[in-house]
Amino acid sequence: MTTTYLEAIRRAMLTEMRADPSVFIMGEDIANYGGAFKITEGFLEEFGPERVVDTPISEAAIVGAAIGAAHMGLKPICEMQFIDFIAPAFDMIVNFAAKVRYRTGVGAGLVIRGPCGGGARAGPFHSQNVESYFANVPGLKMVAPATAHDAMGLLRSSIRDPDPVLYFEHKFLYRRVKEDLPENEDVLIPLGKARTHREGDALTLVTYGAMVYKAEEAADRVANQDGVEIEVLDLRTLRPLDTDAIVASVMKTGRLLIVHEAPRFGGFAGEITAQVCEEAFEWLDAPIRRVTAIDTPVPYSPPLEDYFLPQTEDIVTAARWLLAY
Amino acid sequence: MSKVDVIMPQMGESIAEGTLTRWIKSVGDSVDRDEDLFEISTDKVDADIPSPVGGVLAEILVQEGETVEVNTVVARIETDASAAVAPAAAEPAAVVAAPAAETPGAPATSEATAPVAVPATTSSEPDSREDRIKTRSTPLVRKIAAEHGVDISQVAGSGAGGRVTRDDILAFIESGGPAAAPVPATAPAPTEAPAAPTAVPPSPPVTAAPTTPSQPAPATPSAPAAPAAPGVLRVPIHGATLDIKLGQVPVRENDRVEEMSRVRLRTMEHMLMSKRVSAHVTSVSEIDFERVVQLRRRLKAKYLDQGVKLTYGPFVYRAVIEALREYPIVNASVDGTRIVYHANINLGIAVAVNDGTELIVPVLKDADRMSLVGLAQGANDLAEKARNKALDFDDIQGGTFTITNVGVFGNLFGTPIINQPQVAILGTGVIEKRPVVVQDDLGNDVIAIRHRAYFGLSYDHRVVDGAMAAFFLNRIQEYIENFPDEG
Repeated sequence: MTTTYLEAIRRAMLTEMRADPSVFIMGEDIANYGGAFKITEGFLEEFGPERVVDTPISEAAIVGAAIGAAHMGLKPICEMQFIDFIAPAFDMIVNFAAKVRYRTGVGAGLVIRGPCGGGARAGPFHSQNVESYFANVPGLKMVAPATAHDAMGLLRSSIRDPDPVLYFEHKFLYRRVKEDLPENEDVLIPLGKARTHREGDALTLVTYGAMVYKAEEAADRVANQDGVEIEVLDLRTLRPLDTDAIVASVMKTGRLLIVHEAPRFGGFAGEITAQVCEEAFEWLDAPIRRVTAIDTPVPYSPPLEDYFLPQTEDIVTAARWLLAY
Repeated sequence: MSKVDVIMPQMGESIAEGTLTRWIKSVGDSVDRDEDLFEISTDKVDADIPSPVGGVLAEILVQEGETVEVNTVVARIETDASAAVAPAAAEPAAVVAAPAAETPGAPATSEATAPVAVPATTSSEPDSREDRIKTRSTPLVRKIAAEHGVDISQVAGSGAGGRVTRDDILAFIESGGPAAAPVPATAPAPTEAPAAPTAVPPSPPVTAAPTTPSQPAPATPSAPAAPAAPGVLRVPIHGATLDIKLGQVPVRENDRVEEMSRVRLRTMEHMLMSKRVSAHVTSVSEIDFERVVQLRRRLKAKYLDQGVKLTYGPFVYRAVIEALREYPIVNASVDGTRIVYHANINLGIAVAVNDGTELIVPVLKDADRMSLVGLAQGANDLAEKARNKALDFDDIQGGTFTITNVGVFGNLFGTPIINQPQVAILGTGVIEKRPVVVQDDLGNDVIAIRHRAYFGLSYDHRVVDGAMAAFFLNRIQEYIENFPDEG
């Protein structure tokens, strides 16, 4: 059955909500309206207003209520209409949800999900990637799927997880990614495991989210034009980070290129770089390079947004520089 | 004389400036048109910039690390080669002064434009050999160099700016490298990987293989066995140990993970060690078995009466024994810079056990003293013991040459790995009927159907050269094709 990335997210929630009555969903305009992207359309009819809850426009209230519900044994899914709006809930997330396990021994098993990422011409408040804001907060898990299969399997694992999980859905992929996902397939993917998207031996390209597709395109181009194979590793989960998989690939290739859509300074690529230097320095045959967005807000103008975002050409250029080093 | 300006290029419509990150060429270097001259970095891309003309890099006006506007002149190239090296005083002094003032800390480059300093000194490297190695290699290359005792400055680099890449140094070692001074036995292993725990909580050591204790190879004095770091396989080689960091393989859903058996583990160690110790080469001969096929047909029943199943094996062993007698360098071992010629011929015979998942090599001792029936009997007994896991330690020790039958599974020929500390191994291919050109009694070429087989000899090029390997294989061939009558 052909399933989009968006439908995979919807199916994951439907599956879990049908299987477990303690799972419920909260968010802005998710019940009557069915959500800004219509992910939860029909949920209200099936599960009723107690399990599909329209909230006021207050992300802090949504996450705060979810933490309380989780303490009482429920499994809340919070939708941020756009992940950019997670900012008002920052205090609830970092000071309460992330720390409660350490302070009291009781976890806050909740999922905060929402559309992230650029390329949709949506400007500075509807296009951001926020993973780095939360990367420095112990106690949070973070997921950023690239495929429909992973979107479904990882969301189900996130809902079942006993601790808070931030689940970043790339809105550019919502209806562009289509995969054959069997109707009855029980997809469940463990958190914390990267996936080799494309095998290669000349260079390791670590990425996640929508950049997986640009990385693949760049790798194919280099393979066709230069005859060398780039290995593309899709992280899938950002925390816990699958350092083992990254290091294993780097030990095979000796070269590392990290690509992400978030801005460069303090970005995830820096953390990955540091870990590889600590664990596999002697396996490197070239410096580690990053291709990222530039350090500005996401521009609204289409040509400027294209300039801001890493493009296939940028990845190819960096890869060739590394391969020739 | 004529100088051409090199400018900071515009790397995209909206880019107004760029940082010059590295000079690939130094002042005084000659450069071809389109050869990479320097590297730049903009806020979007990094790129190597080729030279607009061929000539000699005469002046560097923008130093590494400086950010300048697009179209700034960063260097000048002398297109008249003789002028660049001549102490031409024609350049106005002002040109000299400008870069000198900008870069007081870089005498080499500012001198380059000063008339008196131009000749010869400009092209000589100002930095030490150590600096040069550092700038021309990477951590991986330096690690490989340390493991193999290679001087990086001797390796030709194919990377950017003449950098020695992993492939360069591996090819250098593969080709025999320098008149390689082996790593001294007392040298501390430079590869002790700091087993730095990851800061992120969940990195379970799914893939960390158990540390195997150091096993001295037979007749090989090994370095004192220091414990290997976790995830490192320590293999003893002559006078040193070889540490192999075990790759961490991501385990995916439905993958199966199992510990290696003891035999598997020893095989891994031994094969890696052998590949590292010996310079492997393989030569292949095709051998006509028609004579042996007929002889075996004739002797088979008689042997069976004595309770011995006669295969082609004993014929091959006998031929090998004759060849080893004649060419003792193949029945030898290398001990440091000395060669040990073994008095006895102890034939190792590789046997696949456990449905081919494991391999063991029992040894037929003093094989040169055995008759054909003795060889047949001895080999059958050892193979039987191997399959029943009844081999003693003594049964697998002391081999001086090994035979492995890749033909038993139908393969044409193999390129086996030498069983250390021996210097050669014979892989015998399948004996099958092939059309071949032979001469009939009248001396005409005809195509005949003959039993033939390919024999591949892997040998250690440190002590056995191609000619010797050919003599040895030819002797085997000659013996098999003219096998004497015997009962």
